[in-house]
Amino acid sequence: MYEKDGEKYFVVDGHVHYWDGSPENQANIHGKQFIDCFYGYHSALSPEEYLWPEDKFQKYSEEDLMHDLFEIGYVDVAIFQPTYLEDFYVNGFNTTARNAILKEKYPDKFVLPGRFDPRDGEPGLEAFEEMVEQYDLKGVKLYTAEWNGQSKGYSLKDEWAKRYLEKCEELGVKNIHVHKGPTITPLNKDAFDVADVDEAASLFPNLNFIVEHVGLPRLEDFCWIAVQEANVYAGMAVAMPFIYSRPRYFAQIIGELLYWLDEDRILFASDYAIWQPKWLVEMFVDFQIPEDMQGEYGTLTPDIKRKILGLNAANLYDLDVPSEVPQPDAVAAGAEDNYPEAPIR
Amino acid sequence: MKPTEAEVLGALSGVRDPELDEPITDLKFVAGLRVAEDAVDVRLRLPTPFCAPNFAYLMVADAKEAVLSVPGVRSARVVLDDHHASPEINAGMVEDRGFEGTFPGETEGESLDELRAIFRRKSFVSRQEKLCRALLAGGYTSKELAEMRLEEVPVSEAFEKYLSRREELGLDVSAEAPFVVDPDGNQIPEEAVVEHLRFAKLTRLSIEGNAGFCRGLLATRYGIEDPEEATP
Repeated sequence: MYEKDGEKYFVVDGHVHYWDGSPENQANIHGKQFIDCFYGYHSALSPEEYLWPEDKFQKYSEEDLMHDLFEIGYVDVAIFQPTYLEDFYVNGFNTTARNAILKEKYPDKFVLPGRFDPRDGEPGLEAFEEMVEQYDLKGVKLYTAEWNGQSKGYSLKDEWAKRYLEKCEELGVKNIHVHKGPTITPLNKDAFDVADVDEAASLFPNLNFIVEHVGLPRLEDFCWIAVQEANVYAGMAVAMPFIYSRPRYFAQIIGELLYWLDEDRILFASDYAIWQPKWLVEMFVDFQIPEDMQGEYGTLTPDIKRKILGLNAANLYDLDVPSEVPQPDAVAAGAEDNYPEAPIR
Repeated sequence: MKPTEAEVLGALSGVRDPELDEPITDLKFVAGLRVAEDAVDVRLRLPTPFCAPNFAYLMVADAKEAVLSVPGVRSARVVLDDHHASPEINAGMVEDRGFEGTFPGETEGESLDELRAIFRRKSFVSRQEKLCRALLAGGYTSKELAEMRLEEVPVSEAFEKYLSRREELGLDVSAEAPFVVDPDGNQIPEEAVVEHLRFAKLTRLSIEGNAGFCRGLLATRYGIEDPEEATP
């Protein structure tokens, strides 16, 4: 719970990790490059006082995580996103099984999504069903760019992906977190292309598709889909930290999302341990659209921030929100009546 | 005639990151350059080891072609540093294997043309929006934009860039051609101009935001200065 200027905010961090990227767990050079890449994100976009040394970043402790999220980070509930990467790491990077240890220990603090890989076919489907039962899963995180033997990625349009999504519907796994990233076959196509989410979201109107990092760097394609599919949501992981390093850019992203999607379909996320919820929550609650952009984007009210910070995710996962936190009905989002008000610097 | 470093750099400045729509020289992707008589060595670097290998390949291949286009250059070696696909791409370059031959079994169809075309369209849409936005802020109405012909657009650096992108797409760049068109060259009707620009703005934000992100990552990775560093 975060409180500022008399306003209370229930905080759901929609995207946190408990990974092991240490040299001991790296299976090959790609395991090293992958955690190096994350460390680059961390170093490039964090305020200096939140920078970690590389070895801590590669593998942090349960105490670090509990402290950063819940003791100082204002997070009420965190959604534990798995990232398997078993081709890069001996024991996987951040598996559901590893997350489940903490979920079991602190059941009220975490939501535990699972994962499937459509390339695992029929045997995978059975294993997935067992996993859903074992952990009582309500969501999955899919990483379409994940390597699997010879394959460098998959598409949600694949026949087997549809089979798995049917299974999700059948089992009540209703929240599908989709993460896009580089390297996907065929290599001569756009690896970040979110078009496959469009087809899946139309085919499965009862499932919610949360596109992590709002489809960046393909924001326009993401918004195009989200306008048409009411069950597509914007996950703010990776977009959030721009609030510090490029606040005007952040204002435009949030302004566009409010215009194209509305305030009910945007979910706060830190992507911990890449970034820490403490500064992101503090800065977001203090954030306002710069004055010269308000003609185009309107302003952010505490109600809009409350929804983004926690209420929207609480709805998706049926989380109990304390009664002291106001739960507003639909509120007016950014207006954008006067395109374009002024050239953006 | 011996090629100079400046000539080679000039040629390299014509190579763009297709996704970020900026020259690789401005992006500081050129990490090293050596001109020895008629042989040129170029080293390229990218913001992360996981930058998409297809774009990486495009830039390396374009850089090699650009260097070879400089008068007096007889051989060019372009090497990509520190990337997860560096071994494949660098070996592919030496043997001129082409993209398909560099990543056998990992591509579909023959070339990267389709991918390049997608990003050329995005670049055009983004440049047009940026220009229209400046014109609207300068007092033009959306009705005036809708009726404008290319010869009526005030000349500026942004307009020159816009024209070059437009030409790249193979669209009409004659004086009488309508100004506000979609990437297929169809004129946008007056009543649709604002909606068209609103959506086009998203494309521009994606490109500009991504470019900013990548600059920051490169600066962090190689300990160089980021011109857009945070000023909190």
